[in-house]
Amino acid sequence: MQKAIEIENLSVYYNDVCALSDVNLTVLEKEFLGIIGPNGGGKSTLIKTILGLIKPSSGSVKIYGKEPGSEQRILGYVPQFLKFDRNFPINVMDVVLMGRLPAGCPLFHRYTKEDREIAETMMEKLGIHELKERQIGQLSGGQLQRVLIARALAVQPKIILLDEPTSSVDSTSKHQIYELLKKLNEEITVIVVTHDTEAVSSHIKSLACLNTRLFYHGAPELDNETIQQVYGCPVELIAHGVPHRVLKKHEGDE
Amino acid sequence: MLEAVFKYSFLQNAFIGSILASIACGIIGTIIIEKKIVMMSSGIAHTSFGGIGMGYFLGIEPIMGALVFAVSAALGIVTINRKSRENTDVLIGMFWSLGMAAGVLFIAFTPGYPPDISSYLFGDILTVTRTDIWIMLVLDAIIAFTLISLYNILKAYLFDSEFSSVVGVKTVFIEYLIFIMIALTVVILIRVVGIILIMALLTVPPACAKLFTYDLKKIILYSILFGMLFCFAGLWMSYELQIASGASIIIIAGLIYLFLRIVTRRKLRNIV
Ligand SMILES: Nc1ncnc2c1ncn2[C@@H]1O[C@H](COP(=O)(O)OP(=O)(O)O)[C@@H](O)[C@H]1O
Ligand SMILES: [Mg+2]
Repeated sequence: MQKAIEIENLSVYYNDVCALSDVNLTVLEKEFLGIIGPNGGGKSTLIKTILGLIKPSSGSVKIYGKEPGSEQRILGYVPQFLKFDRNFPINVMDVVLMGRLPAGCPLFHRYTKEDREIAETMMEKLGIHELKERQIGQLSGGQLQRVLIARALAVQPKIILLDEPTSSVDSTSKHQIYELLKKLNEEITVIVVTHDTEAVSSHIKSLACLNTRLFYHGAPELDNETIQQVYGCPVELIAHGVPHRVLKKHEGDE
Repeated sequence: MLEAVFKYSFLQNAFIGSILASIACGIIGTIIIEKKIVMMSSGIAHTSFGGIGMGYFLGIEPIMGALVFAVSAALGIVTINRKSRENTDVLIGMFWSLGMAAGVLFIAFTPGYPPDISSYLFGDILTVTRTDIWIMLVLDAIIAFTLISLYNILKAYLFDSEFSSVVGVKTVFIEYLIFIMIALTVVILIRVVGIILIMALLTVPPACAKLFTYDLKKIILYSILFGMLFCFAGLWMSYELQIASGASIIIIAGLIYLFLRIVTRRKLRNIV
């Protein structure tokens, strides 16, 4: 299978803070990769480096063999939504249309009929079509999250990267979002940062554990030793409520 | 006053100047509020005082000096800010004071009588000349053209620059462009309300507009109209009562905002 993303010896520093150290990771086409790790573990940094928003301090990232940012419309991005201004005067339709923005800065750009149709299709897919005229400040967390996913899909990407897409939604929405990702995964590569261990166990095909360094990448089964290494804290804190498939059973553990 | 407007060219200039200033204000005021760069803009405005001083010192049009300083400050602030996001406040403070200090020094070293700089600090719309009008017109045209031709892209950038960058928008270019437009706006407004009072004329019109709409296009449009209202009312007050025009405009803007705020009772969203 073709390599969608190839990361070699990647390190990223913010001034003196080392966010990622010597990460090697290959993501195959149509993989469904979950990334877990503690807060500040560099998950968002890794996503942003793949997107070309952050330049590697050393090492390299290749998307289908090319530098990030050199090819448009391959990557769809769903940011961690805490980060932005919900009071901004923009409605749902216009947010989703952002996925249709052209590369560069062409003068007098207007969205085409096709752009609008694609945006509408994506909104329907996410069940937010009736909200299209709403200002985004008037949406619930779950609805806003769907808007952001619709926007990423409007790009019609080959790879979609989601940064904690379910951290602020109720469990029904959470389930729906993962079902949708699973369906999308039939066509495209999905990379999702999550703290949601349930999703990890039942949906993803492979798992990466990140805490500055990449501690694990493989099948979504982990032993306690790795977990302890990654999170650097007693296993019980993490293992609490985690389904069996995620934490490989150790004798007498449960 | 109306007959006077037809009679005196200085009043005509003031009138046209008000309209031109309001256009720049409505567009750029909305942008800096939504992008939350009001303080950076204020820094650019104050730095431009250095240019006024330099203009006198070199014997060139002070407003051209202001243009040079404002654009340089804008480019400097974006460039340094891009490299180290965390020191933004310090950076603004430095540009702000250093710019003003440079202005004072330039003026001190200017031979002959010290010029009256208060019209640059506090504005005097009644002294706007034909030359000023032409400069304002050109700068306005640049700002309006930029807004109209890049509207979708600017809106996307203001809302979420990261995502825009991912789909291939040249966000660095857009950021510089916005800061240059802020510098141009500062220059347009210096003659009308003066360096010290610029920020109010940039922020109050969008603040009023946002009481009535959630639509970015309408916020800009209403801001322009509010700006005109403030300028005309201030101009009238200044003319009738023989008081400084810049201060009149700003006081009226503030009072109208307060009034609207109470009448509409709608929560102001971004600001405050
Ligand atoms: N813009 C930034 N400037 C400086 N340090 C940052 C910045 N963004 C993240 N960091 C630091 O980098 C590390 C990794 O952050 P992040 O990638 O956001 O982690 P995660 O998404 O896993 O919580 C943290 O220590 C964080 O404090
Ligand atoms: Mg994060």
